[in-house]
Amino acid sequence: MRAFLLGVFFFFSVSAYGVAVDEKPLADPVMEATARTLMKEIRCLVCQNQSIEDSNADLAKDLRLLVRERVALGDTPAEVRAYLVDRYGDWVLLDPPLNQMTLFLWASPFLFLALVAGGLIASKKARPASKPLSKAEKLQLELLMKDAEK
Amino acid sequence: MTGFGRYIPVLIVVVILAVFFKMMGGDRNPKEIKSVLIGKPVPVFSLPALTEDKPGISEADLKTGKPTLVNFFASWCVPCRAEHENLMRLAFEEGVPIIGIAYKNEAVKAQAFLDELGNPFAKAALDLNGRVSIDWGVTGVPETFLIDGAGIIRYRHWGPIVGDSLEKRLMPQLEKLQ
Repeated sequence: MRAFLLGVFFFFSVSAYGVAVDEKPLADPVMEATARTLMKEIRCLVCQNQSIEDSNADLAKDLRLLVRERVALGDTPAEVRAYLVDRYGDWVLLDPPLNQMTLFLWASPFLFLALVAGGLIASKKARPASKPLSKAEKLQLELLMKDAEK
Repeated sequence: MTGFGRYIPVLIVVVILAVFFKMMGGDRNPKEIKSVLIGKPVPVFSLPALTEDKPGISEADLKTGKPTLVNFFASWCVPCRAEHENLMRLAFEEGVPIIGIAYKNEAVKAQAFLDELGNPFAKAALDLNGRVSIDWGVTGVPETFLIDGAGIIRYRHWGPIVGDSLEKRLMPQLEKLQ
């Protein structure tokens, strides 16, 4: 039993190492931190909904290497992003920038909100205002109420 | 709800259905990432040839005055095997020069792959660390780029050229340039 638990412990402790640490980090801790932050922002192009920091795809590994290399060469985060966007398009960034291509994407929540608000206002206007009861209707109502009391 | 208002829900459903069928139809692949290099000159690169005795390959090899294909492949890539027959056809029946770039593949293995299935490539190069492929925006093998005579990328075929994608996708693009 003890051996089994120990085995479980070691299994999880190994898998907990995750991905990005399997490679050689940059010697300068500030640069390494910059590179790591960038890796979280860049989409893995193979597994598509993971960042390259999370992914163990081969291409993600190459891109991590590339990011570290660019940072070590003195590129700013914006320059590294631009370098990747030049090759893979805006899609490579997990947080899409606001530009002509993504205008609809960014505007759509407001667009839908406006659409719903417009719909609500229109339906309220379309509803006819309630009229007071006519004499005959009042009489009918009274009769009904009396019936109900019996 | 009176008049036009009552048709609004119907209209919304019709629009949603129209978008749905448009997106589902055709041979659109939602996983495909559109290349941003279309209409741009090929990236500057320099790679060693697959066989040592031949000169290396660079972007200059793609400004030939006639359309050229650049195919990224690897011996370990199964879909590459599937499209190989079509590459052979393009090279030997259509007479299109194809430049092969072995993606993260040792020379011996890439060569063995070509020895086994036939060599459709006018020239072949090695991209051992995959860096040049990244410059081309390649996300995986196979990918095939159509380059015009002036060295401008005109079309990118993502994934293997199999099924009707040769006739329906690549050939029309090629014919436009010829």
